[in-house]
Amino acid sequence: MMRRFLVLAVIIALGTALWPLVMGAGVVDVPAALPSAYLDGAPKDFGAANVVTAIVVSYRGFDTLGEVAVLFAATAGVGSLLSRKRLGTGLPASGRRHGTEILGTASRLLSSLLVMFGVYIFMHGHLTPGGGFQGGVVIATAMLLALLSNPDSHLAHGAMTAVESLSGAAYVVLALLGAFLGLGFLDPRILPTGSIGALVSAGSIPLIYSLIGLKVGAELSGILDALKGDRA
Amino acid sequence: MNVLDFLAWLNPVAVPGAILILVGLWGILARPNLFKIAVAFCVLETGVNMLILSVGYIRGRTAPIFDDGARTAARMTDPVPQALVLTAIVIGLAVTALMLSYAVRLRTGGGASSIEAYGEEKW
Repeated sequence: MMRRFLVLAVIIALGTALWPLVMGAGVVDVPAALPSAYLDGAPKDFGAANVVTAIVVSYRGFDTLGEVAVLFAATAGVGSLLSRKRLGTGLPASGRRHGTEILGTASRLLSSLLVMFGVYIFMHGHLTPGGGFQGGVVIATAMLLALLSNPDSHLAHGAMTAVESLSGAAYVVLALLGAFLGLGFLDPRILPTGSIGALVSAGSIPLIYSLIGLKVGAELSGILDALKGDRA
Repeated sequence: MNVLDFLAWLNPVAVPGAILILVGLWGILARPNLFKIAVAFCVLETGVNMLILSVGYIRGRTAPIFDDGARTAARMTDPVPQALVLTAIVIGLAVTALMLSYAVRLRTGGGASSIEAYGEEKW
């Protein structure tokens, strides 16, 4: 009884604290100085059409590098927690029902299309509301479809690890290249910025976001494979 | 201002966001099941993301993406909260997966699903 009152009191207190924030949402008329600087600078300096992508990949690129590291740590944690050795042999290795021929064929067809769509999303991250994280999640959806339709299948582990580590290393190399050329860590102007709206524009932003897309796709596929619970 | 005007004036993203935060907090505090706590964290996170997103919204403005020239910086919303939320969503996904795998490990190790079975009193 006491506990219920305490929970209720905490919730009411937080609700009261959130009230001014909710009332103030969307009330300002113009962005503050920092977002205004980003809105002016992203197309002018980097040739990036999507300002959010310019912030994620270059202005706040260091945060994104850290975030990719956190994602890697979480993936490693899930993988080590859910190996078959740790889980014991309680799970039957092959007691699952197999999908029908129609399901298998349809999921193979759809998986390739989904991977293609994911690649499209992360390649156009500097032009459209997409990017590496979104594209990576779409690629992981394709893997989920394949795993669901054929539960006994496994991801090619070596290939996934290779994709993940190579794209992560290439990301850091591109970031260091900016510092090496005297422009600054993660500066996208190591490549020509081109004209706004072209696929090859915005310097190294599409390249870095594609690498992030590959890395996120490989990591989330690894999480899905581990959550299946029968990894060796 | 009557009630209908007030409801129409409210931000349609901020209000559900705040409600989701409160629902998630209730789930974390009041539910003993580990899996339900993980899901409650997920709900809380979604609410926080929606609230952050709505703070950067500016009425009558559009997404911060340039095109042929019809859109100028003067017609765009604040891009910073959107960039913050983009990163928060991905981290949230990974952390949810990690939380769930801890719960699965505890369960397959012979433990119970209830948090109170692990010696630590929740309150």
